[in-house]
Amino acid sequence: MSQTMPAPPVTDKPVGKIAAGEKRKRSRIGDSSPWYYVGIAVIVVYCLAPFYWMVVSALRRPSDQFSNSLLPIPASLDNLKAAFSPSNGFARGLLNSLIVAGSTTIITLVIGITAAYALARLDFRGKGATLAAIIATSMFPGIAVVVPILQLWTNIGWINTYQAMIIPSLSFALPTAIWLLTAFFKQMPFELEEAAQIDGCTPAQAFRRIILPLAAPGVFTTAILVFIAAWNEFIIAVSVVNKSEYKTANVIVSQFTGQYQFQQPYGTQMAAGVVVTIPLVIAVLLFQRRIVEGLTAGGVK
Amino acid sequence: MRGRRASAVSVIAGALGVVLTLGACGGGSKSGSTPAAGTFDAKGPITLATGKDTSGYLQSALDKWNSAHASEQVRLIELPESADQQRQQMIQNAQTKSDAYTILNVDVVWTAEFAANGWIEQLPADKFPLDKILKGPASTGQYFNKLYAAPYLTDGGMLYYRKDLLDAAGISSPPASWDDLAADCKKVQASNPGVGCYAGQFEKYEGLTVNFSEAVDSAGGKVVDDSGKPVVNSPEAKKGLDFLVNGFKTGVIPKDAITYKEEEGRRAFQDGKLIFHRQWPYQYKLASATDGSSKVTGKFAVAALPGLSGAGKSSLGGHNLAISKFAKNKGSALAFIQFLTSEPEEKLHLQKTSEAPVYSELYDDPELIKQFPYLPILKASVNDAVARPRVVKYGDATTAIQEDAYAALTGQKTTDDALKDMQDKLTSIIGK
Amino acid sequence: MTTTTSVDVPTTPETKPGRPPGRRAGVASFAALLLSPSLLILLLVIGYPIVSALRLSFIKTVDGVDPDTGLVTHSSVFSLANYIDIFRGDTAAAFRNAFWNTTTFTIVTVIIETTIGVCMALVMNKAFRGRGLVRASILVPWAIPTAMSALLWRWIFSADGVANDLLRANILWTTEGFQAWLAVVIADTWKTAPFIGLLVLAGLQIIPAEVYEAAKVDGSSAWRTFWRITLPLVKPALVVAVLFRMLDVLRMFDLPFVLIGPQKKSTQTLSLLAYNDMSNLHFGPAAAYATVLFAYVAVVAYAFVRLLGADIVGRGVGGGR
Repeated sequence: MSQTMPAPPVTDKPVGKIAAGEKRKRSRIGDSSPWYYVGIAVIVVYCLAPFYWMVVSALRRPSDQFSNSLLPIPASLDNLKAAFSPSNGFARGLLNSLIVAGSTTIITLVIGITAAYALARLDFRGKGATLAAIIATSMFPGIAVVVPILQLWTNIGWINTYQAMIIPSLSFALPTAIWLLTAFFKQMPFELEEAAQIDGCTPAQAFRRIILPLAAPGVFTTAILVFIAAWNEFIIAVSVVNKSEYKTANVIVSQFTGQYQFQQPYGTQMAAGVVVTIPLVIAVLLFQRRIVEGLTAGGVK
Repeated sequence: MRGRRASAVSVIAGALGVVLTLGACGGGSKSGSTPAAGTFDAKGPITLATGKDTSGYLQSALDKWNSAHASEQVRLIELPESADQQRQQMIQNAQTKSDAYTILNVDVVWTAEFAANGWIEQLPADKFPLDKILKGPASTGQYFNKLYAAPYLTDGGMLYYRKDLLDAAGISSPPASWDDLAADCKKVQASNPGVGCYAGQFEKYEGLTVNFSEAVDSAGGKVVDDSGKPVVNSPEAKKGLDFLVNGFKTGVIPKDAITYKEEEGRRAFQDGKLIFHRQWPYQYKLASATDGSSKVTGKFAVAALPGLSGAGKSSLGGHNLAISKFAKNKGSALAFIQFLTSEPEEKLHLQKTSEAPVYSELYDDPELIKQFPYLPILKASVNDAVARPRVVKYGDATTAIQEDAYAALTGQKTTDDALKDMQDKLTSIIGK
Repeated sequence: MTTTTSVDVPTTPETKPGRPPGRRAGVASFAALLLSPSLLILLLVIGYPIVSALRLSFIKTVDGVDPDTGLVTHSSVFSLANYIDIFRGDTAAAFRNAFWNTTTFTIVTVIIETTIGVCMALVMNKAFRGRGLVRASILVPWAIPTAMSALLWRWIFSADGVANDLLRANILWTTEGFQAWLAVVIADTWKTAPFIGLLVLAGLQIIPAEVYEAAKVDGSSAWRTFWRITLPLVKPALVVAVLFRMLDVLRMFDLPFVLIGPQKKSTQTLSLLAYNDMSNLHFGPAAAYATVLFAYVAVVAYAFVRLLGADIVGRGVGGGR
């Protein structure tokens, strides 16, 4: 964690206070307002109700799959078992998704942060044009990108490789990441870096020691969004890979079938949907405490 | 200042250069490796691209082949479950001239398009026992009187009906015509008010083309004539479409049925909400399930589709196997297709998956009939079935049919206008 | 890459005195170094397809069938015909309809999502027990893959689904009509409001507490604080979040495809039109649709950035000072 610790305060306003992470007050509305808790409840219900339906559908017995009762009684794990049946390769798909989405996130953050640093903190000509060029790449309809990429990967022999999925995911995630990180980095007062540079830090050091930790909530949020976007990518993954060993979870799920022709494997698909969602949520729960709370040096009390 | 801008531009130009060169090189190297068409000598490992193996039968067939052909191993490439996505993957591979897929499991309605675009190889007809194969399915692999795809599986619509309800209402045999069907419903509904009369697949997708064509054919009309010319704006076709349109108007067809694909309709039938249901054979096993998922187990039977006056005609479904033009080892591919479409393998396939074979004899096999009581009805259905328009631009044709048929069913257009518009569109698509 | 010069030509370099030109040239090449990996990847994976689609969109192909072999014959000419066809005849009606749907989807969903998202962020930005859990549950809709959430919604909205059960109604959601459009809006806002919520929350967390303390000293009301302080400070993050949501909705494809069906007029978007053409092998018209959509998105994005986001694009260092 050493590199995440803020540098010693170099001036006393406002840098010092923030950098030392003394306080970050989060309370804006009256703490005791009951409306506040009503608001929380409404939001949680709004977000979780459809997901709850997914969980319920996953836990129903296949024989009463289409019941509209609000509880899955009697519950069964048959749908989950069917999703993980060895002939599907779903577990392997989850691992592949993790590899692809994980690599995409790490690479996107590394090159996205460097690019955003340049765009937010350096003074050079053509900045507006560069930002415009970057965002322009996420204006093209995704479905029109598939065939040229497939052609390219076929020509250089990249079919059935991880990079064939990672690099397109990277390019879908980069524009959002760069723009967001740029916005977050720009929010930091410029005095911070200048003060650090007066203290003898190089611009890069100043950035790493001061700006990055302060922008941590933004960086972390960007990482989550990139990871999820890569985790959910489908049209490239289904086109550039045809060996089961490399297929991602989404592609595997699209191949689920019922026992008979036309029979739609709704329960298994819902079970798979729950399985691909829950790890993300747990990971975020675990990481956010460590990373966000760690970086902001115990801001929330 | 100039210098700096130039550097940024040169980075971009450089990258673009790399990209364009990559594309150009690859394109060049590819064209040389495409083998000459129509030769089936090369042997070696191949792949079979298909929707997923529902029962594990396919893998067992592959294992059987692979253990006997060490140097000609077949690898299964599982495509997404949805037919649209399967077709999309196959087209993408054809566009990029990729050799990833050797054998393609194609829907019968894709054959003309794939053959005309030169994506699949013409097959030697003498290598397949076409005389033992039902006529309808055998013709689906043909394009311009040449065989492009080996008949593999077939499918025909049947009328599922609630035998228990008909019996209770004193009706001894399933309806032979649409009028009978409506009359039977009245009798049954008199004592069972909540139950709906008839449904098929009326959602705006390929199933609507199937159901619309069936209605037209069952009323003595045609969508396209034998020479391939659209003739859908006829009095007979109007009677067919009117059956569906009036069905929705008078409540013979429940309102919900406009959202039915195969599975929604199956659920309604299994829940006991329908007296009559036009459906494929796959529903038989599922509706007979004894685990509580079906409320009609033992209470239903199947019959031939009814028509305007007498028996109706089904649309022909099914799948064929074709060889990609861009593949390697077409000799092994041909041999493997012969193996997979052989009569013994098709029999095993039917037993494991209940998907219908193309061999006439299998439908008369008493052992199989015991397991699948509907086989004689299905055979009659497939025998009389009408193929959907065999046109190169099938995608455009089916879109046009769905567009106007749906507009008629939902009351947006009169049947006259719908058929007239459909005829115009089909004429411009098919071009005759 | 036609838009590279459309946004903000920076004007600041001369206004920053006191730095030797040598150092500034160094900064510029340093910036180029930092930016080049990102730009290279984007050029490779997106730039190349855009260029090839542009080329394709100008090729008008006339298909025929050889009367002897049945094989398709192509004759291609370089022309504007694909673009002209979009605005002519039957396709013009389809285009107008898809354009209308795309636009109304974008306006309505983005407004709803932004409102819900900002509310979510404000609620979450408070210290309370279980905040992590609440934040994780807000992530759930965003984390479910679109294809699966579209499927989930299709079953919720099916004729005998739970939506009709709860509403005690019998609405045929997936048939043509306003209800299909509404179903897509409901499913889309549910899925993507968390995206805005999370980003605004991150923006809120970066605001130094001192700012609020100062507001408190001034005796500013909560509402006033929100409008005068909170909103302007989270604006950079919010603007980017909304911008990228707009780009996504304008290109929306799989939700109407799975939830309602690809052929339904009520929910057909420009992306779906391009897809339908592509899957029927009309590659030229599909590329033309894609290009028109690309241009439309670019115009919307440009107008949006001009209107709200000048401080994001930045006029050199220290735009905030």
